[in-house]
Amino acid sequence: MPARQWMLPAFAGLFSCAVFALGIVYIVSFSRGAPTITTQIGGAFSLVDDTGATVTEKTLAGKPYTMYFGYTFCPDVCPTTLLDLSRWIQKLGPDADKLNYVFVTVDPERDTVQSLHDYLSSFDKRIRGYTGTAAEIAQIAKEYRVYYKKVPTEGGGYTMDHSAIIYLMGSDGKFVTVIPYQEDDASALAKLRNVASLTPTS
Amino acid sequence: MRTFSKLAFAAVLIAFVGPAFAQGTGAASITVEQPYARATPAGAKTGAVYMTIDNKSGTADRLTGALSDVADKLQIHEMKVENGVMQMREIPGGLPIPANGSVVLKPGSYHVMLIGLKKPLTAGEKFPLTLTFEKAGNIAVTVPVQAMGATQDKGGINSMGGMQDGKSGGGMGHMEMK
Repeated sequence: MPARQWMLPAFAGLFSCAVFALGIVYIVSFSRGAPTITTQIGGAFSLVDDTGATVTEKTLAGKPYTMYFGYTFCPDVCPTTLLDLSRWIQKLGPDADKLNYVFVTVDPERDTVQSLHDYLSSFDKRIRGYTGTAAEIAQIAKEYRVYYKKVPTEGGGYTMDHSAIIYLMGSDGKFVTVIPYQEDDASALAKLRNVASLTPTS
Repeated sequence: MRTFSKLAFAAVLIAFVGPAFAQGTGAASITVEQPYARATPAGAKTGAVYMTIDNKSGTADRLTGALSDVADKLQIHEMKVENGVMQMREIPGGLPIPANGSVVLKPGSYHVMLIGLKKPLTAGEKFPLTLTFEKAGNIAVTVPVQAMGATQDKGGINSMGGMQDGKSGGGMGHMEMK
């Protein structure tokens, strides 16, 4: 039944959101009194970017960044989000270069270094693609509280359910806020400008 | 006077002949309006076709399949973002089209998914698509490819490439200007 088909992902989605919300509550409630508590979103990783270079959390250190998880076989949400992000990057003007922009695949099986590179050439060139082994992707997804799941389709193919939010992270790799799917331009730009202003001044 | 009668004749002609040119009209009482696809990023293996399907009859119908040369396989999908998670599923048994109603296939919702694109869809191109309905049978339409972020609203297709403020030029064009 169609309803049943949505049930599991709906629950899983709800669950991941609950975990995500708890994470935020946790950060907020502890950020004042207990500075030793570290952020609950984000962490160490080792992946390869769309030029073939190894990247880790240290690659991104020193600049705030946006991180979005998706896959290139995604017909709708991912291109829309990457197009939105490209437009915002252009609107940021000179501030745009104060941030790094990362697209992490949740489908490393099909998204190779080359296919990510080709795909991203259709968007703002500052957006970098990250891929890795299935285990490496599982690791970073866990750290960023990202939900993703392979869903088989008739005829042997598959699609991916995945979190469709852009994370905004500080230059110290700590979570700042999110841009949800289809955020309006003004709000998204305000968040991006705010994160850009967190750049350690030189 | 002569001019008036000529105009009147033209108006009558358009009134009768016009609908014959409307896209997809012809099979039973299902009409397919404003079909469009979005341009796909380089190397993308999937795409989506959107449209409005009108059913002017008192009998419910169902969109059960689609065929096109541009992709290996076409499926009728529903997509939704729930609690921040994107989910996409093939609609089992096809997409119901209610009697005397219409269904809009649009980004973020129902779409005809193109799986295994033979080459990326480029804005400005057109391709043929045959839709199969349970009762109305096959309806052939021509699908224009719009900019990557194109959306459709009451005023027609907005090919501004997702430029919600409508100011900064069009979609892919402006991306490539960098």
